[in-house]
Amino acid sequence: MPAETTPLPLKEQFSRGLDAPICLTWELTYACNLACVHCLSSSGRRDPKELSPAEARGIVDDMVDLKVFYVNIGGGEPMLRPDFFDLVSYAVDRRVGVKFSTNGTRLTAERARQLAALDYLDVQISIDGATAASNDAVRGEGSFTAARVAMDNLAAAGFGPFKISVVVTRQNVEELDALAAIADSYGAQLRLTRLRPSGRAVDTWDTLHPTAAQQRTLYHWLLERPGVLTGDSFFHLSALGEPLDGLNLCGAGRVVCLIDPVGDVYACPFVIDSQFLAGNVRDPGGFPTVWRDSALFTSLREPQSAGACASCGSFDACQGGCMAAKFFTGLPLDGPDPECVHGHGQAALAALDARPQSALGHSKVARDGTRIPVPTPVRVSFRSPART
Amino acid sequence: MSVTEAQPARAAFAVEQAWQLNPQVALRDESFGALAYHYGNRRLVFLKSRLLVELVSSLRDYPSAAEAIDAVVPEGQHDSYRRALARLAASEVIDAC
Repeated sequence: MPAETTPLPLKEQFSRGLDAPICLTWELTYACNLACVHCLSSSGRRDPKELSPAEARGIVDDMVDLKVFYVNIGGGEPMLRPDFFDLVSYAVDRRVGVKFSTNGTRLTAERARQLAALDYLDVQISIDGATAASNDAVRGEGSFTAARVAMDNLAAAGFGPFKISVVVTRQNVEELDALAAIADSYGAQLRLTRLRPSGRAVDTWDTLHPTAAQQRTLYHWLLERPGVLTGDSFFHLSALGEPLDGLNLCGAGRVVCLIDPVGDVYACPFVIDSQFLAGNVRDPGGFPTVWRDSALFTSLREPQSAGACASCGSFDACQGGCMAAKFFTGLPLDGPDPECVHGHGQAALAALDARPQSALGHSKVARDGTRIPVPTPVRVSFRSPART
Repeated sequence: MSVTEAQPARAAFAVEQAWQLNPQVALRDESFGALAYHYGNRRLVFLKSRLLVELVSSLRDYPSAAEAIDAVVPEGQHDSYRRALARLAASEVIDAC
């Protein structure tokens, strides 16, 4: 999100929605060769209704028309899409910048050189721990080594400053300095994001999300390191005092949205659920019409009720926190965030019986139809993929 | 000399010089003004009024930023728009011709 922002009136503007998104996430495929326990999109299997290469290029054309400056490409593992490089080239050739997230398993030396040759392209490689032990517990066996090889390949190709993306958990919050040191060793930028109880993390959030004490540590750690990127992820922590860098608001459906691999448009990357589905890019009018006119996005752009948080002195700072975090923990959307720094969320959670289970998801399943327990040990392959 | 130099490397904004929208920057109109995105440093900057967008877009038509301000901005607001241009120069949204 913006490196340079300006105060309030803009925030007001943003909460009413812009003519086009600023931060558009586009997940290219649900196919993934890892099975991270906290995968926000429950990825694994490719969806047979995945957008065709021609349809995907059509989305880029929409971005050109809407003047969306860049797209955040993710998945699944986006490099598993056979037309990945064609699509990325198609976008950057039209000045739609690409920031893409990868687990690094397909980022061979040759691929790294191809990426280094493209303008307007940023790469972020995901790890969720500073050691193989802590990372692989979440992302699967072999995934840390694979990510480090990918980083080495980017460095050797002269890619320049790439990003290392980390979801902050109860386990790795103690490793923030070590993670920063890994980033420094490559001249890379560290990017930390918040664990949301979305996708497979519905089942793992309870044990993975940082404790209240750890959240305070994280807040101070971030305040001292303005160079660490957060994608505006931790605005609920701004209730602890001085606001963190960023817009500090929920941009869902206002300046943020998600296009998923089958063209469904959701309010944000963390709410893949029918309740937050605004439309599909295959509908008449395509993405621009969904963005401008969908009933869901229109309602999100109206003034929102502060609900149970209205009387809290911190509401201006945290805005009640993250919609996705509330929804997937079963909390009302106009109440406190489950990780409310004043503890209001914990109290609300304690009063709940059950959580909603989304019917959506692309987790790999065993032959008897049961979901394969995660993390699935993966054997990472370094064979060079066929040229696309 | 004991004077501390603020930002020695960056070209300071000189209002008597000619300026232009940086060719690496794209503008997107919005109701409050415009978004400016710099494809080189990947920064997103907000132009907070329509008048500022008009001023930035017309800079190249004038031999100096001062003359652009005289022509585009109502008197009484010149100082604040000069400061806005200085900020945009610092974030490389505009550059000296």
